[in-house]
Order: sequence, then C-alpha cells, then structure tokens
Amino acid sequence: MSAVGQAPAASSPGIREQVADLSSRHRSLSVIVGMTIVAAILPLIVLVPPFNSFSGQAVWMDGFTIAGIYVLLALGLNIVVGMSGLLDLGYAAFFAIGAYSYAFAASSFTHVNIPFWPMLLAGAAIAAVFGILLGAPTLRLRGDYLAIVTLGFGEIVPITILNSSKYTEGPNGIGGISAPSLLGTEFPTTGNPWPFYLTMLVMICISMILIYRLQDSRLGRAWAAIREDELAAAANGVNTVVTKLLAFALGASTAGLAGVFIAAKLQTVTPNLFRFDVSFTVLAMVVLGGMGNVWGVAVGAFVVFMIQSVFLKQLNLFFDNAHVPFLQDINFLDYQFLLYGIALVAMMLLRPEGLFPSRRRRRELHTDEDQEFGELGDELGASPE
Amino acid sequence: MTTSTLRREQPAFVETFQRLRLGPYLFVLGVAIIDFLVIGPAQFVNGLTIGAIYALVAIGYTMVYGIIELINFAHGDVFMVGAFTSMYVLTNVLGQDGPIKDPPVLAAVLFVDFAITMILLGILGTVIERFAYRPLRHAPRLAPLITAIGVSFILQNTIQILFGPSPVNTPQLISPTARVNVFGLDVGVVNIFTIVVSVSLMIALQLFVSRTRIGRAMRSTAMDREAAQLMGVDINRTIAITFFIGSALAGAAGVVQGLYFGNIQFTLGFQAGLKAFTAAVLGGIGNITGAALGGFIIGFVEVTAGAKGVFVWGQAAVFVVLILTLLFRPAGLLGQQIGERA
Amino acid sequence: MSEQHDTVVAVGAVDPTAPEDGVDYLLQAKSITKRFGGLVAVRDVNLDIPKGAIVSIIGPNGAGKTTFFNVVAGIIDPSSGHVRFRGRFLILRPQRTWIEPILWVAPSLIAVAVALLLGAQNHGDQGIGITGLVVLGLLITMLLLAIIRPPWYSLLLGRLGILRSARPNDVVAAGIGRTFQNIRLFQNMSAQENVLVGMHLQLRSNLIDHVISSRRQHREEDAAAKRANELLRLVGLRGRDQELAKNLPYGDQRRLELARALANDPVLLLLDEPTAGMNPNETAAMTALIGRLRKELGLTILLIEHDMRVVMGVSDHILVMDHGERISEGTPEEVRRDPKVIEAYLGTPAS
Repeated sequence: MSAVGQAPAASSPGIREQVADLSSRHRSLSVIVGMTIVAAILPLIVLVPPFNSFSGQAVWMDGFTIAGIYVLLALGLNIVVGMSGLLDLGYAAFFAIGAYSYAFAASSFTHVNIPFWPMLLAGAAIAAVFGILLGAPTLRLRGDYLAIVTLGFGEIVPITILNSSKYTEGPNGIGGISAPSLLGTEFPTTGNPWPFYLTMLVMICISMILIYRLQDSRLGRAWAAIREDELAAAANGVNTVVTKLLAFALGASTAGLAGVFIAAKLQTVTPNLFRFDVSFTVLAMVVLGGMGNVWGVAVGAFVVFMIQSVFLKQLNLFFDNAHVPFLQDINFLDYQFLLYGIALVAMMLLRPEGLFPSRRRRRELHTDEDQEFGELGDELGASPE
Repeated sequence: MTTSTLRREQPAFVETFQRLRLGPYLFVLGVAIIDFLVIGPAQFVNGLTIGAIYALVAIGYTMVYGIIELINFAHGDVFMVGAFTSMYVLTNVLGQDGPIKDPPVLAAVLFVDFAITMILLGILGTVIERFAYRPLRHAPRLAPLITAIGVSFILQNTIQILFGPSPVNTPQLISPTARVNVFGLDVGVVNIFTIVVSVSLMIALQLFVSRTRIGRAMRSTAMDREAAQLMGVDINRTIAITFFIGSALAGAAGVVQGLYFGNIQFTLGFQAGLKAFTAAVLGGIGNITGAALGGFIIGFVEVTAGAKGVFVWGQAAVFVVLILTLLFRPAGLLGQQIGERA
Repeated sequence: MSEQHDTVVAVGAVDPTAPEDGVDYLLQAKSITKRFGGLVAVRDVNLDIPKGAIVSIIGPNGAGKTTFFNVVAGIIDPSSGHVRFRGRFLILRPQRTWIEPILWVAPSLIAVAVALLLGAQNHGDQGIGITGLVVLGLLITMLLLAIIRPPWYSLLLGRLGILRSARPNDVVAAGIGRTFQNIRLFQNMSAQENVLVGMHLQLRSNLIDHVISSRRQHREEDAAAKRANELLRLVGLRGRDQELAKNLPYGDQRRLELARALANDPVLLLLDEPTAGMNPNETAAMTALIGRLRKELGLTILLIEHDMRVVMGVSDHILVMDHGERISEGTPEEVRRDPKVIEAYLGTPAS
C-alpha cells in the first residue's frame, strides 16, 4: 500500500489511542459529544478574523446549515459507495424527490399543509420507494450497471420536473413552502439562523449514530463483504440482491431527508438545485473524505462545501483586489468541477483510502508493523491441534 | 423419469431457427419497418442517421467493456472532444466555414479532417487508458469507475473553459440543402454520407477484429486474459489498441455529428454517452455487431419519441429502453446469457 | 446436522420419486452438461454423493472439474441436467425465466387498463394521480416480492412453469458450504470478520435490532464472535482472529477460507483444490484436517483435485474427468488401476 510510510496514528500511541479506543466502545455517545463540540465551536470561530471580515455570523451559520445538508447527503451516499461498493451517480434525483415531496405537502402552490416533522420521515420513505423501483431491476445484475442506470435517472428526474410545468411550475420551481414549526413557533426564515442550524446538527447526529450501528451489524458486515468480493459474499449465504438493495434504499432515504430539509430551509425548490453537478459534488466529497469512513466523509463534505462556497469566492475577490495579472481574470468558480474531476482521478490513483483513512485502514497499517510477530505465531499455531 | 418433466422437446424448425440466431436481426428489422410506417420517410432517415452516430460511439463502450469490463464513462466525452477537434481542424487549420461545392476538394478536406481527428482522439483514448485505468487494473471495481467519471468531468470542463459554455457553430461542409433521390425518397446528401461512413467504419472494424492478428489478440484477451497472456499476447498493448480504436471511432462520430447538426456544445458527450451506452447494453455488451444494431434502435426510439411528443421525452424514452432491457433481457439482443449472476 | 436448512429450496418442485437403490444419497447430480458458446466444458456428468462420504473429482487441468463444481454451487446455470440435494431439486436448467418480469409489471398494466375503462382520464388530475399511486404501489409490491421471494411466490412460479435454479446464497442456505480454488477471502477484513460473514445466515438480528442496537443483537454478536474464534481454533488459527485476511500467510488463508465455509454449519462441503500451492507438509496437514472434519463434524465432502496423490488417501469414491467427460469412477484402488486414467494423466496409451 502506498500509505504504509505515512502512518501518523501508529507512531504516537498514548492519548490519541485511548481516545480512539474510548470512542469506538461508546460510539453513539462520542458522536453526540463530537457534534456538540462542533455545534458550539463553528458559530464562535466565524467571529474571529479573518472569517469575520467575509460576512456576519448569521450569514455564516446559514452557510453552515446548507453545508450540513451536503454532509447529510455525503453520509447517505457513503452507505452506497463507501460501505457497499456500489456506484450511484444519480444521487441528486433522490434529493429532488425528497424536496418536491415536501413542496407538494406543504406549500401555497398545492394549498396543503402537512407539518414538517412527519414529512421528514415521509420524504425519506418516498425517496426509498423510488430507490427500490430503480434498484430492483438493476441490482439483480452486476454492480456496475447501477452506475449507468442511476446516471440516467439523475438526468431524467430534473428533465421531468422541468417539463411538467402543470404540476411543478417547471423551471420557476415551487415557492411559498412552509417553514417547520416547533411547539407552535414557526422557524424564522431570516434573522435568527439558530433553529435551522440546530435542527440540521441533530439530524446529522442521529444519522451518524444510525449509520455507525448499521456498519457494526451483520448487515454492515454483509455490505463490506459485497464490496470486497460479491461472489464470495454470495457463496457465504449473503443474499446480495436484498443486501445491495437495502444499501441503495437507505442511501436514497437519507437523500430524501436532506431534500425535505432543503425545501423547508429555502422555502422554494427549482429543478436547478438537483442537477448532475450535485451528484458529482457529493461523490467527490465521499471519495475525498475516505470511502466507508463515517467521520471522514462528514468532514470531507464540510471542507469541500466550504472550499466551493467560500474559499473560491474569496480567492476571486483577493486576486481582483490585489490586481494580480492573469489570475485576476480567472473566475475560479469555473474551475470547480475541473478540480473535482482531477481530485477524483488523483485520489483513486494515489490515495484511494481518502484524506482521512478509516479505522480499518489504520488497523491495516498497524498489522503491517506486527508482521514479524505474526509469522512467529504462525510457526507455533499452524498445525491443527 | 423426472428429467422428462423438466426438459421439453422443441420442434426441429425452432432449433434450426435458434441456431441461426436470426431473431435479433429480425427484431431490429421489425422495429425499423414499424418505425418507418409510424414516423414517415423523412424522420426515418433522420433516425437512421442519428442511430449511425450512436452506433459508432456504442462500439467504443462495448469494446472497452468487452476487454476490461469497465464502463468507460469518459467515452461519451471523448466523442464530444472529437466533435470539437473536428471543428477546430476545419475552421482553424483548414480554414473552412461553410459548404464546399467542388467534390474533389470536399473529399480531400473531409479525408484530412477525419484522419487528423481520428488519430488525435485515438491517442487521447490511449493516454486516458494509460494514466487513469491501467494503474487500477487490479484495484477494486469501484476505483476505475470513479476515475472514469472523473476523467469525464475533466474533459467536459476543459472543453467548456476552452470553447465556452454555449453551443459553437461548426462548418457544415456538405450543404444541408443538397438532396438526392434514393428509391423515390428525397434524402439529404449529408444523411447518406453519415450512414455510409459509419457503416463502412463498422465493417472495417469487424474485418479487423475477425481477420487480423491484433484482432485475434483482442478477442482472446476479452475471453480470458490470463490464458491469452500465457499464449504470448501482450495484454497492455492489446488493451491500448482497443482504446485507440474505440476512441478513434468516437472521434469519427464526433466529426459526423458536427457535419450533420452544424453546432456542438460541451454537454454533448454526457447525453450521447448515456444513449450510446444504452445501445451497447441493448445489443449485448461486449458484442460489436450488437452495439451497432442497438445504436440504430436507439436512434429510432429517440426520433420517434421526439417526433410524437416533445424533444426532451426522447431522452426519457431511451432511459425506459435501458430499464426494460435490464429487466427483460439483461444480456442484450446478441449477448450470451452468462455471467450476470453475482 | 440441523434441520433448519430444509426451509430454503430455490425451486418449487419436489421430486416425487424416492431414492432408487436404497442408499441415502445426499446429493445427486444427473447428466450435467454446460456449454459455453460452442465449447462443451462439461458433458453429461453424473455424480451421487452418499451421506457421510468423501467423494473426489480428479482430472488434468481444464478437465471441467471447476465448471462442474460451479454448477453445483449455483454460480453458473447448467445447459442441461439437474442437481438434487436431499431429494429436492436445487439446480436445473432455468426455463421460461423471461416470463417472470412480465409477472412483475402485469398488475400495474392491468391497473392502468382498469382505470382507463373506469374513465379515470375524465376525472382530471385527481383521476390520474390516484391511478399513478395505485400503479406505483403495485409495481413496488411486485418488485419487493420478487426480491424477498417468499416460499409461496417460488411455488407460484413453479406452477407457471418458470423454473429458476438456486443462486449461490440459496445453495448455502440449503446446507452446502464451499471454498474457492484461488482463495477468495475478504482481504481487508479480519479473520474473525471473515468467519462472521460465513455465519451470516445463522444470525437472526434484523434491521430494527441494528438500529436500536438491541440487547438481542449484542448477545448474538458476542456469541457469534466466540463461535468464530472456536472455528478458527479448529482449523489451526488460534489467536489470529484480529489479523487481516490479506496479512495471513498463504496456507493460513486456505485454512481461514475453510473456517468461513464451516461457519454456516453445512451438511456438505465443496472444496476446490484445497491444497493448491501448498508445500508437502502443509498438504499433509490439510489432508488430515479434511479427514477430521468428516470424523468429528460428520460432514460429507466433495473434493476437487488435480493432484491424484492427495485424494487417494482420504476419498471413498473418485470420479475422474477429462475434456469435460467422465472417464472413470470407483474406489481409489479401482481408479488407480484404470488404464484410461493412466492414459489421461500420462498422455500415453496404457500397455
């Protein structure tokens, strides 16, 4: 492995090891603690220069909330791509299905008003239903057909929304979507960003806990087995079709969840929000974060979103203001997807385990060091007792 | 015994029919005839032309899948790059901006354009294979799929940055208004040209694969890579040649696309790729003749859906064809019913 | 062994005929043929495996042993012939499978027709909306049925003349475990996790248990981990449970694969060249282990080898294949003396 030489974790035992050990034993608690720390630090950090010069705290927190949506999307796609090894290239379609579900269920366009909280679950369920409809014919076959079918689906859904103006208002999108309300108070859409921000964090927190639990279960093991070797998994009794379909449907439902949230947050949905670019961005987030690694993917998604929404814009502003020749003429946002493309290829070639290697990867490095001991043990324990 | 209840005897003529394997061809012929009756001659020729372009692109998908079992997502964009390369060659190198009247000059310009584009694109394909896929040949299946989609985005965005996001005009060397009479039908010269060029390339490819040593190496590598290697086939070279040919054909398709439609856009490859891949699956992935047949069917489906409704439903119709194929005949029209279970 | 395996049978049909000659055959393969295009990989091979026996298939490379094996394991469908396991059809040539997808879409199409007859299109958006929901509901119900495959669904397919061969996981569920010629472990998983995957069908916790992280699941996982370590000890991998499969030496990888195959409590074990690539010492240890498996666990074993010496000691019955066909069959002693076998192995006519 290319990463053998770069094992920072293994070289510094002690506190770091202990924290890792503690967190793997109390997974749910550590997720809650971690997310609470994140929730507290993020609003404070933007009050510090240079961040406070870009925009005010409220704007930053709105940005974080949207970033949270991408984190949720990446966590969901990670179930499909990272944990089960299936390539889903139309993930934005399920995001769209969730969003339009809520738009139909609670907006001035349809004159229906179903509350937000049950719709979160309903949106997830509807997206899962479409996931099953798409996955059932495809997942009976070899894994790579899924990639092309989802690619097509991701293309068809926005087109269908665009061209069914009668039901979806076409390119203008559906507006006047109700905001969620809690204990009789509606979430403020401007001014106070905290309700949406905290809701998002709670959603991510719950999703992460559930995903960790799935990963540690018999189902998660079956996913990993399919990712490693589908035929061997089947030859050990894993019903690969059902198992793959579960991963695909759970991934879709997470996107549905994120879709309902974005509809409520923006109060308006347009087909443009769900183009192929979104599927591709989320895929890049998962790959960069480290496929299969829950925290890594979450952090990767956050970092990538911040780069595209803040860093590139600031870069433009910086070069414009500094009048750097040549560089000031470049709009870095135009290069965003080129960069993602290069990043995907480079990651696969050079560091397939992602920027933040998972526990499994670390253990892999660990056992490599123990190889000598392993061979000694081999001498002693090889013959059958 | 119990076996007799399980195995039903079939009449002799059915067996003979099955052995000839004419079914798929008759199916395609049936589709063509019905389509001709439904949409009329003018649209039919249009479908045939578009189908020929898809067929050329589909062959690249099917060849690559056949030999290394990879869905080369970048292939649609290779086709798009071909269209832009041809446009650049015609306008900036050969200095053309419209129809050429003089047949010898036209032939010469076309020949140069095809030759340059196909060679450049072949090289592009080989380079992609060398740097993005070859290092991952023994990696998990997911890895090359992800690099493929990455390469696809690199190509798309490079072209977008170079030529801008809006459609670009390409010189239509053969005047779109030039028409000839074929069997009593009034057909555009450019349509005839597209179909003739595509079909000739396909026949040439078929001969190449079946008659030459390299073709044999390609077929044996596709069947069993290790065995081929033991027999002395240079696997790396064979795969590189496969990419070269597939990409050169996509380049040719790009040239034809520009000549036929007169304008091209950087998003061209994404949708054409999807349709061409559907064509490859429909024909039986890994099968070159199948990909060609599938291309023509997809052309008919798209034009028919477009003619009967809104243009965009053409894409939806193609997607439905893909799902139906996977549902009812995952091995495709000409494919073997093997190797699809996990 | 356990009776739980009887619940899963891939094909609806049950064989009405009793065993013909009084011997209790565990597995009976009848005239298995497999063609790849024009090439016949296996031609008309029969094999009966009595309960508790060790049966071997030997033959030179390319004799069609592994193809036959893959047919029995449900990885490839036979071109003709069938396999019965404990009297029930497990593997056969799939027939009319193309009808099945029609079955999936039929209810939805009927619903559309009914809606049109009832005049749903005249009721505007509401009519279309309700029809759409019904169609979608029917479609998803059928697709879920097709994937979950309750027994009555398989039976219904059988009645309609749709015969589907068992898939690899059905074969495992029926009580057959296997190993691969070129070891197929889950390389980046630990030895213990590999065995736990093998135990997949033995574990009963469901999605809800996973999500609420129930006590039942914890108990089950703890017990499973313990049992996995026992199996590892059985094959001689004591204390190696946390090591990644890919870091194990070659011989130990073979042992691990064996442990994984045993994890589902199989009745019949299919071993594809279990000693391939091993040195003489390792080979002897593995052969001894195979003998112990039969004696201590009461397993029936089907063994594939191309090295004749390995099987002579342990087998009760040997089938010799060459060029896809059976060339000899019998006890090790009979096979050893058969001139045809000597010819196949040495390439010269026996004098």
